Amino acid sequence: MRILEGEGVRKNFGGLAAIAEVTFHIKHREILGLIGPNGAGKTTLFNLISGSLVPTSGTIKFKGENITGMKPHQICKRGMARTFQLVKLFGNMTVLENTLLGSLFGTLTGMRQSTALKESLELLEFVGLSGINGVLAKDLTIVNQKRLEVARALATKPELLLLDEFMAGLTPTEVSLAIELIKKIRNRGITVFMIEHVMKAMMSVSDRIIALHYGEKIAEGIPEEIATNPKVIEIYLGV
Amino acid sequence: MLEVNKINTFHGKVRALWDISLRIAEKEIVSLVGGNGAGKTTMLYTISGILHPASGTMEFFGNRIDGRSPHQIVKMGICFVQEGGKPFPDMTVRENLEMGAYIRETWKKKEEMLDQVYKTFPLLKQRAGQLARTLSGGERQMLAMGRGLMSRPRLCMFDEPSYGLAPLLVKIFFTSIKTLREQGMTILLVEQNVRQALEISDRAYVLENGQVVLEGKSGELLQNDHVKKAYLGL
Amino acid sequence: MNRVTRANTKKILYSVLLSFLFMLMVIMPLYVSPYTIILLNSIFMYIVLTVSWALFSGPTHYLSLASAAFFGIGIYSSAILGDQLPLLLVIGLGGFISFLLALLVGLSSLRLRGMYFTIFTFGLSELIRHSVQWWEVNKTGTVGRWVIGVDHTTVYYIMLAILLITLVAAYILKHSKYGLALLSIGESEEAADHIGINVNAMKIITFAISTFFMGATGAIMATRWTYIDPSIAFNPLFSFMPVLMAIFGGIGHIFGQILGASVLTLLADVLLTKFPYYYMLLYGMILVIVVLFLPKGLTGLKEEVKKWWGGRAVK
Repeated sequence: MRILEGEGVRKNFGGLAAIAEVTFHIKHREILGLIGPNGAGKTTLFNLISGSLVPTSGTIKFKGENITGMKPHQICKRGMARTFQLVKLFGNMTVLENTLLGSLFGTLTGMRQSTALKESLELLEFVGLSGINGVLAKDLTIVNQKRLEVARALATKPELLLLDEFMAGLTPTEVSLAIELIKKIRNRGITVFMIEHVMKAMMSVSDRIIALHYGEKIAEGIPEEIATNPKVIEIYLGV
Repeated sequence: MLEVNKINTFHGKVRALWDISLRIAEKEIVSLVGGNGAGKTTMLYTISGILHPASGTMEFFGNRIDGRSPHQIVKMGICFVQEGGKPFPDMTVRENLEMGAYIRETWKKKEEMLDQVYKTFPLLKQRAGQLARTLSGGERQMLAMGRGLMSRPRLCMFDEPSYGLAPLLVKIFFTSIKTLREQGMTILLVEQNVRQALEISDRAYVLENGQVVLEGKSGELLQNDHVKKAYLGL
Repeated sequence: MNRVTRANTKKILYSVLLSFLFMLMVIMPLYVSPYTIILLNSIFMYIVLTVSWALFSGPTHYLSLASAAFFGIGIYSSAILGDQLPLLLVIGLGGFISFLLALLVGLSSLRLRGMYFTIFTFGLSELIRHSVQWWEVNKTGTVGRWVIGVDHTTVYYIMLAILLITLVAAYILKHSKYGLALLSIGESEEAADHIGINVNAMKIITFAISTFFMGATGAIMATRWTYIDPSIAFNPLFSFMPVLMAIFGGIGHIFGQILGASVLTLLADVLLTKFPYYYMLLYGMILVIVVLFLPKGLTGLKEEVKKWWGGRAVK
């Protein structure tokens, strides 16, 4: 069963096609990877899916509903959350406040403050951020900032989570921890769509991978297929 | 060529670097590795003059550089390519690169330098007329590296150059590091990608909590138990 | 005493203090001169303008320079309807018409950010001023209007009531989840949108609510001035002063906003009486000095003093 589908999605900026007729889908509880050279349009695709950008043409369906052109907050309330390539936290607010906001506003039904508080604390522990509730988000290390962004996203109770280069800048040890976190997220029943350059993570955790190049999908398959795909090796992996 | 002696740098009241000493010889590739918050970027900020040390000395070819302002340090031949690139968003790729050659006599030779940079990073040539803010994350990184090279520095410092770069580009970048060394440049590399950094560098320093805990030949460090456990995930 | 009981004790103390202050204000007119009443009126007016301006512009960092437009609309509501409708209804209408206009302004300025939003609001305010002037001169055949006068004690009590309502509204908003959401919009609109906050709706509605108080204040203050014209009612000073007062006092806290408005209004009055020839110069200098040395305004004074003190101890 498909939780997300994109059909012929196109995004033009002036005369340039940033995304050119891309068709894709994700199945429930899958972990789908998205790779491609820098500038291939990966984040642009995420922006089209999450509502930051409106497609020039094509449709995007989430849980069977056409969400093309919807605003991010509408899509969020329907069960999709994301993180950003450049972390977009509420810097001058505390770790707890960041997460609380996700809990209070992220779902269709209203949330009581006390329930939201309990959930937020639980989520912060889940991502590995206990004991720093009162610290301002801007004072966190980059690793913790990324974890906080995930906690905030999870607070909106998503069924689909978009991760944009979550592992960038992590040491190999930190990458292993991050992979564990993603597996834990999947075990909670959340589908994951992730952009990554850290191949170790991508290969070990994805069920399938899509490769983009100049806005077009050039390959799709299980990690082993992608890793040995000659075109992917040529334009992305190198030998 | 670069001697750093017992440098202490503070962020406000917090001491980020504790009596750090390191040495880089000409035409060496030295890497500075460690986890997040270890002080690697602070070290680069201190060398490049963005931050001033509270105590200690730094010498570049025998001349004192601690306490000097960043533009003076660039003039002396040290270039610093920051994490994420930090290009000038509303200027084109080409203009950004030209700005790299601003300070030194290289401004007259900038066409020549531009050609060299374009050869190393052909993607930049493709996007020469585009505004820097329309570039993707990895492309900005490339742009920053190109911009750094435009000033024909003798020492080039890179902060997390592989951050957000596609694997192919990471390989290209690290290969070009070797080419740069052959051309006479000295490289100081700060990297989270510890394995790659150790594979390409001659020597390395491992930083933890603002102190040097290990130093030596990179090849040896790759075999070191602590390094393997703490950074290589083994 | 542990932290929780200390915090609760603080709250109780503050509530008692505030109630006492409020009682004081209520019985003031019985004991002080008309001059003081009028001065207090001015202070109340500026506090309302400042706090309602900061309601939206404070957390979101969208600096509006259109306060004069909404204040002026309130004034003109009084001038036009004051002789036909009961006073309280006019005040309510003044606020309501401002609210409607603000909804329009908000909708039209949705895509504007930062400096562009600020300049747009300023331009709009000026546009309204000139439009009203044109209409009055060409269609109604007047330049200014007379407003039915109301005695200063009644004005005082109504202003006090508006002040109380504004402060309560500001406090409730700030401590609600919407207050938190507004702060997050000021930090990262895109992220806020992505966690389910309807950013556009929240911006527009909060902006409109804040202008309600401005309009109501304008409606009642008009009865004090009795003669008004577009350059009085839509004087850009009413757009700039709330901003200055909020920054001067400390934009982040309601207390700072109140402090800034009170101190600056009092200061202007004192300087005007003592140094009628160069009060503007002194006023400006004090403003500049405070902004230079106390970036967080007067409420930041405590912090700055601590820093100074603490620094010397370390040496």
